[in-house]
Amino acid sequence: MSVMTSRWPGVVRQHLAALRALLVLTVLTGVLYPLVVMGIGQMLFPDQANGSLVRNGEQVVGSSLLGQAFVDAQGNPLPQWFQPRPSAATDPSVKNDPGCNPLFSGASNLGPSNPVLLKSIQDRRAAVAAFDGVPAASVPPDAVTASGSGLDPDISPAYADEQVNRVARARGLDPAAVRALVAAHVQGRPLGILGQPRVNVLTLNIAVAHLH
Amino acid sequence: MSTAEAGWLQAGLLVSALALAYRPLGDYLAHIFTTTRHWRVERGIYRLIGVDADADQRWPTYLRSLLAFSVVSVLLLYGFQRLQAHLLLSLGFPGVKADQAFNTAASFVTNTNWQSYSGESTMGHLVQMAGLAVQNFGSAAVGVVAVIALIRGFARSQTDRVGNFWVDLVRTVCRLLVPIAAVFAVVLIAGGVVDNFSAGHAVTTLAGQHQVITGGPVASQEAIKELGTNGGGFYNANSAHPFENPNPFTNLVEIFLLLVISFALPRAFGRMVGDNRQGYAVLTVMAILWAGSVAGISFFESGYHSGAALAAGGSLEGKEVRFGIPASTLFSASTTLTSTGAVNNAHDSLSPFGGGIAMVNMMLGEIAPGGTGSGLYGILVLAVVTVFVAGLMVGRTPEYLSKKLRAPEIKLASLYILTTPALVLIGTGLAIALSGEQASILNPGPHGLSEVLYAFTSASNNNGSAFAGLSVNTVWYNGVLGVVMLLSRFVPMIFVLGLAGSLASQRAVPASAGTLPTHRPLFIGMLLGVVLIVVALTYFPAEALGPLAEGLH
Repeated sequence: MSVMTSRWPGVVRQHLAALRALLVLTVLTGVLYPLVVMGIGQMLFPDQANGSLVRNGEQVVGSSLLGQAFVDAQGNPLPQWFQPRPSAATDPSVKNDPGCNPLFSGASNLGPSNPVLLKSIQDRRAAVAAFDGVPAASVPPDAVTASGSGLDPDISPAYADEQVNRVARARGLDPAAVRALVAAHVQGRPLGILGQPRVNVLTLNIAVAHLH
Repeated sequence: MSTAEAGWLQAGLLVSALALAYRPLGDYLAHIFTTTRHWRVERGIYRLIGVDADADQRWPTYLRSLLAFSVVSVLLLYGFQRLQAHLLLSLGFPGVKADQAFNTAASFVTNTNWQSYSGESTMGHLVQMAGLAVQNFGSAAVGVVAVIALIRGFARSQTDRVGNFWVDLVRTVCRLLVPIAAVFAVVLIAGGVVDNFSAGHAVTTLAGQHQVITGGPVASQEAIKELGTNGGGFYNANSAHPFENPNPFTNLVEIFLLLVISFALPRAFGRMVGDNRQGYAVLTVMAILWAGSVAGISFFESGYHSGAALAAGGSLEGKEVRFGIPASTLFSASTTLTSTGAVNNAHDSLSPFGGGIAMVNMMLGEIAPGGTGSGLYGILVLAVVTVFVAGLMVGRTPEYLSKKLRAPEIKLASLYILTTPALVLIGTGLAIALSGEQASILNPGPHGLSEVLYAFTSASNNNGSAFAGLSVNTVWYNGVLGVVMLLSRFVPMIFVLGLAGSLASQRAVPASAGTLPTHRPLFIGMLLGVVLIVVALTYFPAEALGPLAEGLH
């Protein structure tokens, strides 16, 4: 401790020590630690560290981890693409934002008894059933509920299967071939027990676009 | 394999990993705080700070050092956010406005990590990395050092010294948090968590839409956010965001991280008081409460226990497909029981009873296993009360770990237990009574009350998770919740350190035939009973009007 500060009252000295401690910790945990981690990450796992980008040919078309909307300019779902889950990640200042907007990640936060939520589940069920030409009862739960992030890149294998006929019809493809493609894109549980089986919508759609 | 089978095996894998870590990590923790040797880098830090690392402090000095560190932390973090526009990597964001900057500074310094802001549209990379994340380390360490001082109170006798705050702080950061966080941050990157300085780059999606791929130093912050039971997400969606938690593997890693220190601390406690069985007794109570909560939330989420689940065919509103229900409920139970508050699904959309259990988890006082350090001191205070109650039954002066529990100790323990419920219930009552603040409520009916009750429960227990439908970015909520977080963190800590000083000054009394053994099933059962009765008596009326009313409707 320097001669000058030792003459100051205890409480001031304590806060000066605290300030110095905080600055030292900031350098250690707020600068060195994240930079070292980033350096190692960029060196060993550059694809992951930079957002698991997905290319269609040469063109980067998104991230395999971020859901994206497959809609036309009016916000209507396009029948030739597998559709993701409903999304609450919308820009409130944009009318008819189709969701999956990474600048506004988030959930609906609607409570489990909220009439607004119950009505939107019913509406989505009717819309999906009509769009896919299936009975309302066979629309799976993930098709009618908004995800936690609004960016869910996956759908359940059941929802992917349920969309096969509509996608095949819109593209003039054999439904069996599309169904086989879906089956090949089902990701099982890691280690057989973690999480739930799922289908990544973006990679499935890239594959289906290349199916002839 | 059925979803339920996979879910239980997944929980079993987690328990096995935690069990494997218990002894080595607990022993290492005990070593950190008992060795007299300093690392060379630590000596350098002590010189920079200007403290004598070999001088132990009396408890008031220890407390004043802790408070000084926290006060300076709040002020610096507040200033950092306010000045953001003038700093590097601000992504063009303006300075955070005063009420929100205060709320956020209080939130991160108190290990709450309540977020009235949305990360991706408020905070630049530098503020996240060198401001918020620094407090993820600092606040976690402050919790750890407080319980270490309390343990020394039990372990030492006839001394007025409880340790050196600066040494404990620096060792917790350098020897515990930074090494573990660094290793797991890289593991998370390997799993897909992003870590870069990108300001976001626009792409044209497959269907011709415009999408901005966000970036940021996420993995380094994610690792300490879980390890330090902090919980403040880099992005608004927190651990539901695929860039924070990309797959079921990273999900399990994150749950492991947020539990591992708090579950290993009882081992350090047992070691430091010289009887490992004492650690196992506390661990057992924590584990029973944790397992019960996991089972409870899982039960109510996996069936059709809400209108939404019934209508949709499953409780998937606010949940991610890659996690499904078991990996979501495992996260929800663990995060609300540890004062972490990170979420991988939207708690506001949990079934009424599922959300109710999440709330009760916090109301337990964050003790099963609780936040880093704060969980263990919380349950030790309840153990003190339990021993006291047992002493009343047989008419003897109660002793715990060879220390007599006299009037001063019981007063401190009682004050500790009263602080949090007072803040929760008075705060909720005020928010409901003020008509202006009712406008913040999103959902109608009893669920609206639940949103407010959840907010004050979360802030007062330094959890940080939310029924996020409540619009809390108002001057009133930012101010009041900020004050609540500060009071609920530091007032109980005053009592804990007072207790540490009071216990350390005593002479150890040898155990006699009338001493209640505190490592046997009888004591474990009594401690469980005290925990549950205290919570039930305190919160039942509020729970009845919120989640119970909604669930039974």
